[in-house]
Amino acid sequence: MLAPSPELDRAALIEADEPRLLVEGLSVAYDGRLAIEDVTWRPPVSGLVAIVGPNGAGKSTLMKAILGLVPAAAGTVAVEGRSVEQARDRLAYVPQRAAVDWEFPATATDVVLQGMIRRVGWLRPYGRRRREEARALLAEVGLAEFADRQIGALSGGQQQRVFLARGLARAADILLFDEPLTGVDAASEKIILDALDDQRAQGRLVVCIHHDLSTVADRFDHVLVLNRRVVAAGPTDTAFTAAALARAYGVPLSL
Amino acid sequence: MTAFLQLDLPALIGASFAALSCALVGNFLVLTRRAMVSDALSHVMLPGVLAAFMLTGTTAVVAMLAGGVGAALVAVGLVSFLIRTAKVEPSAALGVVFTTLFAAGVLAMEQSGIARTAFDVHHVITGNLEALVWPTATGIGSLFSLSELAEMPRALGRLAAILLLVAAIVALAQKELALVAFDPDFARASGLPVGALDLLLLVATALASVAAFESVGVVLAVAMIVCPPATARLFTQTLPAQIRLSCALALLSVFLGYAVATLGPQALGYDIALNAAGMIGAVSGLMFGAAVMYRSRTLARLSGRETLSLSS
Repeated sequence: MLAPSPELDRAALIEADEPRLLVEGLSVAYDGRLAIEDVTWRPPVSGLVAIVGPNGAGKSTLMKAILGLVPAAAGTVAVEGRSVEQARDRLAYVPQRAAVDWEFPATATDVVLQGMIRRVGWLRPYGRRRREEARALLAEVGLAEFADRQIGALSGGQQQRVFLARGLARAADILLFDEPLTGVDAASEKIILDALDDQRAQGRLVVCIHHDLSTVADRFDHVLVLNRRVVAAGPTDTAFTAAALARAYGVPLSL
Repeated sequence: MTAFLQLDLPALIGASFAALSCALVGNFLVLTRRAMVSDALSHVMLPGVLAAFMLTGTTAVVAMLAGGVGAALVAVGLVSFLIRTAKVEPSAALGVVFTTLFAAGVLAMEQSGIARTAFDVHHVITGNLEALVWPTATGIGSLFSLSELAEMPRALGRLAAILLLVAAIVALAQKELALVAFDPDFARASGLPVGALDLLLLVATALASVAAFESVGVVLAVAMIVCPPATARLFTQTLPAQIRLSCALALLSVFLGYAVATLGPQALGYDIALNAAGMIGAVSGLMFGAAVMYRSRTLARLSGRETLSLSS
């Protein structure tokens, strides 16, 4: 690895006040229609950040564009001053649970191992040490006894926790979650939120697309209110306002 | 024994090599719901292999592989052009491209006179296992004589080379191919070259299609690519287990199908032999059908039990 240790890097970042993630003038078009338009956003260096907005606001599109999964019509994304392609190992992506086929022949451990694929390298199997590491991550999210279970036999909340463990296996400093709490039960929600808090405590940047507006103020430090364009962005207590939500959702909402 | 060595052994070996090549790539195609791509590719093998033969004048393995893989790439390029630029619906684009190229291949073959030398429409479609013979075999000792083994049909060497290549691709890139099949977005976000891996799978599929072309024919290629992995998928929980079972089922289809084709009519008192390739394809299809029926019965029984326990 060319990059210096994460600890040194983090200290240097904070000192230089260089943004960990910087989105400038980003637009994405689907079939000639702009899904997001001229999004400029500078999340904090670390902390728990919620992206909220109505359906069709382009929240998932923004996340995919940040990751380079959909082409940008205009604008740039910088990760610690570098392009996304050069900074892949700094990013962990946790897609929506519905994005994959859970009948796929794989166990919970197999899926967590996918998060280590770049560390293992080509032409080699994951190996015993990585398997143990994957099992430890599953234990962290309360799934120790499900490590060898086929993923289709897990509940929705358990599947989401497998995805969380796979994201943690990336050992990245920027974690991007697409709706990590949608369709999960209370037990899974608590485990997932605790894990996110833990990542924040380690100085990482955790960005979540989030639907439950009632938990934003309690749980998240920063917020981006999106409706194709940036409606509001900043610390939760200043940006997460009734006025901003009314503008984004088109109807008055009580907080 | 001598008759078995001369007539049956080479055909069984050839069909086994081809069936294993097909089953190995089929596992990934079935998981990504792209089974029909293999049908398209196996058809475009004809113009590809034909063009290679016309250009080089040989049926050497390198020429055949280059022709087959080249045709596969051209076909995929045409299909994605139709989808992206002309906005043609994907399955329509696939259907138009592969049938047109196959038809062009048939016409070129008949017109050029090659049909009488190296190729034959009938063999291209239903395979030519019966042509795999070892006339110099004299007994069990032939298996241990290098000079006599060298007289085995050339096609077996080609099929062995293809199987080795396909097995190497699947073995060496298994975790990457598996991740791309399961979650391409996560794979790309993690920095895997997803496009290159898709291309690698395409090349492996083209190789398996060339193998099928040499043995069981283009129409049955899709049966050999789809049926064993689809059957194995019903009974396994992990990818390595699915791949192992699909290989075992592929071999079982070959031996069972071949035995039924060659011994079946005699056992019933008819002095004919059935088309071995056709019977191998039929057996693999029947196997899948039986597996589906077994599974749906088991599921029905399980859900029935659940209903009972709920009502009691």
